[in-house]
Amino acid sequence: MGKQTVLYDTHVASGARMVDFGGWDMPVNYGSQIEEHHAVRRDAGMFDVSHMTVLDLEGANTREFLGKLLANDVGKLRVPGKALYSCMLNEQGGVIDDLIVYFLRDDWFRMVVNAATHDKDLDWITEQAQAFDVMINERDLAMIAVQGPNARSKAVQALPAEAREAALALKPFTALKYGGFFIARTGYTGEDGFEIMLPPAQAADFWKSLHAQGVVPCGLGARDTLRLEAAMNLYGQDMDERVSPLEAGLDWTVAWDPAERVFIGRYALEAQRDVGIKRKLVGLLLEEPGVMRSHQKVIAEGAGEGEITSGTFSPTLQHSIALARVPVNTAGNVQVDIRGKLCKARVVKPPFVRNGKVLIK
Amino acid sequence: MSKVLPDLSYTKTHEWVKSATDGSVTIGITDHAQEALGDIVFVEVPQQGRKLAAGEAFAVVESVKAASDIYSPVAGEVMESNSQLTDSPEKINADAYGSWIVRLKPANPAELKALLDAKAYEQVLKDEK
Repeated sequence: MGKQTVLYDTHVASGARMVDFGGWDMPVNYGSQIEEHHAVRRDAGMFDVSHMTVLDLEGANTREFLGKLLANDVGKLRVPGKALYSCMLNEQGGVIDDLIVYFLRDDWFRMVVNAATHDKDLDWITEQAQAFDVMINERDLAMIAVQGPNARSKAVQALPAEAREAALALKPFTALKYGGFFIARTGYTGEDGFEIMLPPAQAADFWKSLHAQGVVPCGLGARDTLRLEAAMNLYGQDMDERVSPLEAGLDWTVAWDPAERVFIGRYALEAQRDVGIKRKLVGLLLEEPGVMRSHQKVIAEGAGEGEITSGTFSPTLQHSIALARVPVNTAGNVQVDIRGKLCKARVVKPPFVRNGKVLIK
Repeated sequence: MSKVLPDLSYTKTHEWVKSATDGSVTIGITDHAQEALGDIVFVEVPQQGRKLAAGEAFAVVESVKAASDIYSPVAGEVMESNSQLTDSPEKINADAYGSWIVRLKPANPAELKALLDAKAYEQVLKDEK
């Protein structure tokens, strides 16, 4: 028996298939996973993501601390509510976790990290924070992601009336606090929407009123196909401590400037950048029937071998897609070893789908 | 609760077997299996004439979530594969017992007697819970 979110009974009552995910019993699908996927691409779906870890970092030195802890630069966050995606690296430049950090006040930042990495993240952050006198408080909050082209207009109907206007006015990658609610215009599907944190005691009612607005409950299964179509990395699959952000398609999240900001892992990344990376993360489109899966071997003629990090059937493209780590000079066509059979796949530039539109040719 | 039909034979690995009057059998996956797999998006079927040992993996059913091998309940030769499933794999989700994957000519019809009946298969499902 794993840990349960406050919405566990709600999921079971609505017929969800529950599976273990990073030690949590989570809904993988309620009915058809493909229909849940389409609901998010075409209308609005919701995900219980209360298993994720919410950390509040408080103290006068918090900004300085995060400047050391994160590869992206919290110096970019000047307006309260602004969010930033970043990797947290070890000294070797390997990814300990990826996260979103919100700037709330000069002495208060909020961070959302992965559930499966909860313990090692807390250990690492606590250890690094000691020199900065920053307090780390883990918050007990429920979190519901509402995603899709109609997600925001439907979700605000379930919010307190006084919060609606401000919530609708949120720019992408910003957040606001209203009473016990923390509303962020962020997500992990490639669609517009909100991620909403709220007191656990209110979560079941909020879920039900979202449902009443026509927001479709979606499981982790659809979340995975949606994020993969949007080419958003999954920690533990597309990158981990043995992989640097440069080898995981996350160069854009590394803030090299200002040069004097010495974040953890900076020197290792600089060395890697100067020598040139040997592996890169690419998108693959399977050109024959079948489904690519993680850990399958990729053979790039003349370049060497690589591996699928995430693979699935894309409900939007009606075709198998994947992310793969391959030798840096891989291009054009490759072969994927699908259970002993070599299948043809094409290297494409991710993302595959964003905002309901197919982006690859 | 997933459906179990009274007049079919079953395996512990969630295949169903239906005997025809000509001595051939059709094989598919059970309602429980399709439900556990979720949306099925690809079925790889065996070539006609392929000889299968009992317990040999002869087909692959892939859902969005995972790939699953299908095992031959008995030894025999593949007479025919259901090519409809290549184009419309989701038929298995809609009607698992109406969607046979292969028609097999059993090498030793006596092997069929060792398969589970509906009652025994229902017990397998209960025990898995």
